Order: sequence, then structure tokens, then C-alpha cells
Amino acid sequence: MAAAESVAPQFRTGERVAVRAAYPIGHVRTPSYIRGKRGVIERLCGAYGNPEELAYARPGLPKQPLYRVRFLQREVWPAYGGNPGDTVDVEIFQHWLEPA
Amino acid sequence: MTNYRGIHDIGGLPAGTVELTEHDYVLWEKRVDALLVLLTKKGLMTVDELRRNIEGLGLDAYDKMSYYERWIYSITQTLIQRGVISIDELGRKMAEAQARTDGGR
Repeated sequence: MAAAESVAPQFRTGERVAVRAAYPIGHVRTPSYIRGKRGVIERLCGAYGNPEELAYARPGLPKQPLYRVRFLQREVWPAYGGNPGDTVDVEIFQHWLEPA
Repeated sequence: MTNYRGIHDIGGLPAGTVELTEHDYVLWEKRVDALLVLLTKKGLMTVDELRRNIEGLGLDAYDKMSYYERWIYSITQTLIQRGVISIDELGRKMAEAQARTDGGR
């Protein structure tokens, strides 16, 4: 795979990130419930064609880094009644993340 | 414009209980699954287009259709959008199939 086909990873494992609170129409893989929330990069999963482009029969290049991001359940759900240390992992593309 | 939330994007919304029983797939459902595998391998569509066209279903249709009914609707929609099949061909083939069913087969 040519380097130009992939966007360079911008975040490292352990880094704090915020999910962009954007609500465009169209095919988006970032679930609404996690937008605007803050989490920590758990790992880089790799780089994949951008589903927001592939969904409309376009090439989806350059590939976007995909991360597994870990969030505290009590920060995602204000009324969460479980263990305060419980977490939820969500896989999110880099262009939906900002440094936090 | 209010914040857009797709009909499929239901994480965190109130819902009923989750049915955990296993169920068998009927033959046409397996055929729909195989059809998507073949189409993606041949580069005629992507799973992202499958998802996009399912998300484009009206709320009523989305709720009433079964899982694989959504798939075959979406596969068909994608093939029309890509020009792999025409609406005219589709209509004629559906009429042919209907005639076979009506003929007692």
C-alpha cells in the first residue's frame, strides 16, 4: 500500500481525545450517543477506506486511521448506575476525533 | 436544521427486551447473504452502500421489514444506482417470478 493512500495516525495509545459533536446527514459510522464525549485511545486498529465515501460508490481514499477509543460509562450515560469504573469501547475514525 | 440521527442509530434509546433465542435461516435468506458476498467480491458494491441504502429506508419500512428483507431491498437499490441492473429489467423479472408463483409452482 502506497503511503499516500493513508492519512498518517495523529493520536497515540493513552492519549485523551474528544469525539466531534457533528450531526451531518448521510452515512456516518460514529454513533450519535458517543459524539461530544471524551475518551482515551486504547489502540490504533489500522487504516481503512472512509465509509462516508465508500457508501456513495466513491473510492474512500486516502484511508483513514481507525482507533478503538475507551470511554467511562458514567460519562457516556449521565444516569449510569453500574460500577463507576465500567467502560465502553467504540471504534472511531480519526477524522471524528480531536485532542482533548 | 436539527441534529440528524439515522433510523438505525438507536444506541441509548429506550427499547424492549432483547430476544436471545437462536433461529434458523430459510433458503432465500442464505441466498441474499451469498448474493452480497459475490457482489462485493466482484467489486459491484460495498458493504457501506448496503448500510447506506438500509439507512435510507423510511421509518415505517425499516420497522416492518425483516433483517434480510432490508438487505435485498438495499442490494437491489444499490445495483440500480450503479447501473448494474435497470428498473425496467427488475420490473419484468419480478412480473415473471410472480407469474410462476401464480401458476402454482
